Amino acid sequence: MQQHPLVAILNRLGAFVLVMIALSIMIFVLARVVPGDPARMALGPAATQEQVDALRGEMGLDKPLAVQYLDYIGNALHGDLGFSLVSQRPVTTDLAQTVPATVELVLVSVIFMFAVAIPLGVITAHYRDRPLDHIGRILSLTGVTIPSFLFAITLQLLAARFLSGWPIIGRLDHSLGWQGGPTGFILIDGTLAGRFDVVLDALKHLALPAFALSMAGIGQITRITRSSMIENQRKDHVLTLQSFGVPERVIIFRYLLKLSSIAPLTIMGLEFASLIGNAFVIEMVFAWGGFASYGLNAILQKDLNAVTAVVLVAGLFFIVANLIVDVLISIIDPRLRRKEAR
Amino acid sequence: MADMKMLEPTDRGLSAGYMMWYRFSRNPAAVIGSLILLSVLVLAIFAPWLTPYPKHTGAVVDFRARHMPPDLEHWFGTDKAGRDIFSRTVFGLRVSLLLVIGVLGISVPVGTVLGLVAGYFGGWTEKIISGLTNVMLAMPPLVMALAVSNLLEPTLMNAMIAITLLWWTWHARLIYSVSKSIASEDYIEAARLAGAGPLHILFREILPNCVSVISVKTTLDAAFVILFGATLSFLGFGVKPPTPDLGSMVADGRQFMPDFWWEVLCPGAAVLYVTLGFNLLGDGLRDMFDVES
Repeated sequence: MQQHPLVAILNRLGAFVLVMIALSIMIFVLARVVPGDPARMALGPAATQEQVDALRGEMGLDKPLAVQYLDYIGNALHGDLGFSLVSQRPVTTDLAQTVPATVELVLVSVIFMFAVAIPLGVITAHYRDRPLDHIGRILSLTGVTIPSFLFAITLQLLAARFLSGWPIIGRLDHSLGWQGGPTGFILIDGTLAGRFDVVLDALKHLALPAFALSMAGIGQITRITRSSMIENQRKDHVLTLQSFGVPERVIIFRYLLKLSSIAPLTIMGLEFASLIGNAFVIEMVFAWGGFASYGLNAILQKDLNAVTAVVLVAGLFFIVANLIVDVLISIIDPRLRRKEAR
Repeated sequence: MADMKMLEPTDRGLSAGYMMWYRFSRNPAAVIGSLILLSVLVLAIFAPWLTPYPKHTGAVVDFRARHMPPDLEHWFGTDKAGRDIFSRTVFGLRVSLLLVIGVLGISVPVGTVLGLVAGYFGGWTEKIISGLTNVMLAMPPLVMALAVSNLLEPTLMNAMIAITLLWWTWHARLIYSVSKSIASEDYIEAARLAGAGPLHILFREILPNCVSVISVKTTLDAAFVILFGATLSFLGFGVKPPTPDLGSMVADGRQFMPDFWWEVLCPGAAVLYVTLGFNLLGDGLRDMFDVES
């Protein structure tokens, strides 16, 4: 029984929807059972009991929890995530302003991560147990062990000392007078508007935080790529290619690498949750002002609607990343497309 | 039973303990890692006697000595209140180790038991437990821990609870896959036919086969818990001042950054030192037991 690739992807989508529902129930219940009355917190200690009760009614806090949840989901599906008590604006407006900054940072780090880690993994596997391999392994061990905040701050210190004038905080130099564009991604908007000075400045600002954010992933992906390459070298079809006299270079880059990129991609999908977590630290150190900074602030201020939305969006990031990984893997590995339906 | 005995290393003149010791001593990563951890453990336990200024872990203020760079008297320099950073860092190790013991002491047994049960019994228990772990995996652990610890109250205890709530799922997932593959082995079937109850099979037949996987995973996890705890307290969700804590010391020092760099780098390097120790030991154990990552 062959499974159509579309069916496989729809199956995964279904599983992801279930995960999303469970996640939303969990965070919703968590946000509602906290000690303290959200209405009282919103109004402050000076408000009268009547005012608090009125706001409770307005916020729907007097209804049963299940009804509240269904209301929330119904509104969320219409693009209404409630009102942020801190910014005094709809949460969706806040998210629309902050999410692009984080997505830009995360995407650039992920690209950088693969651009460094895959070649490093290939090299260390090729020169196994030789000096180059040891250097690569020490590098990847450092990536896994160093606290992201320490690495980020060290980068800032080094840049401040040795690269005078290199930006160490923020997304863009204010003196450029950039007003923002339709997508919120400075790299895209700047290119569309033909402002290459803005794009260049944005890239300079991105370099350090993206490097800091990708460090942990570089360590892990280098490791996985290395062990995957070494394992696949012993596969029969690789031995066959070698015995036919196919050049080493062709074997590595056309056959081995393709096969060995499946494991790192899978790990990338699973590790995406911790990447988002690290973004909280990196955005704080580099004053990035993205979704993670917003989330951190929301958590500190106990802004319940914002916290709920932040957790849901973070979960959504994870799910989208894993869907992309699934699609990529099924492109790379034709065996998965032909796999029997489980 | 006589056949079984022939396989014991004791009959070949080597004790099981000696075999382990031999493999361990031949593994540089494991040796270096455990030496690092030994030094950390000694420092943490005997901190009051080994540090030059044990009183500086409290609310001591000595403005004449503030922001002193590292020298022979203050190995790691002093902070904004003139306190010895080396003494505070060593005491900060205690907090980190307590966090590891607290989190892993609960989440490892819970995750192991649930994983064993899900893998062995299958059916509904399997569906519920693996469904739960799948949901937890989609949650950025740091975001979740921040949310939980702050909705309660941002203290170390609550951070610990928050981390524990998430951590057991990773163990459950791992042990589940091992236990599921073992559950279909012939010797499990044989034990069942011989009349062994589910408890005996779970804990006397399957669990011993998971020990190597659990020990590797737990060691590597200890490093993650320390990183995680340090990150939480760096973001302001740690122990209350003036109790020294590595993450919050880094956060404090960050305000005086380019000039007084030691206030950030020294406690930060201490975190790196401990996580390096656990990671090296974990990698070494993995090679020794030949466990797949």
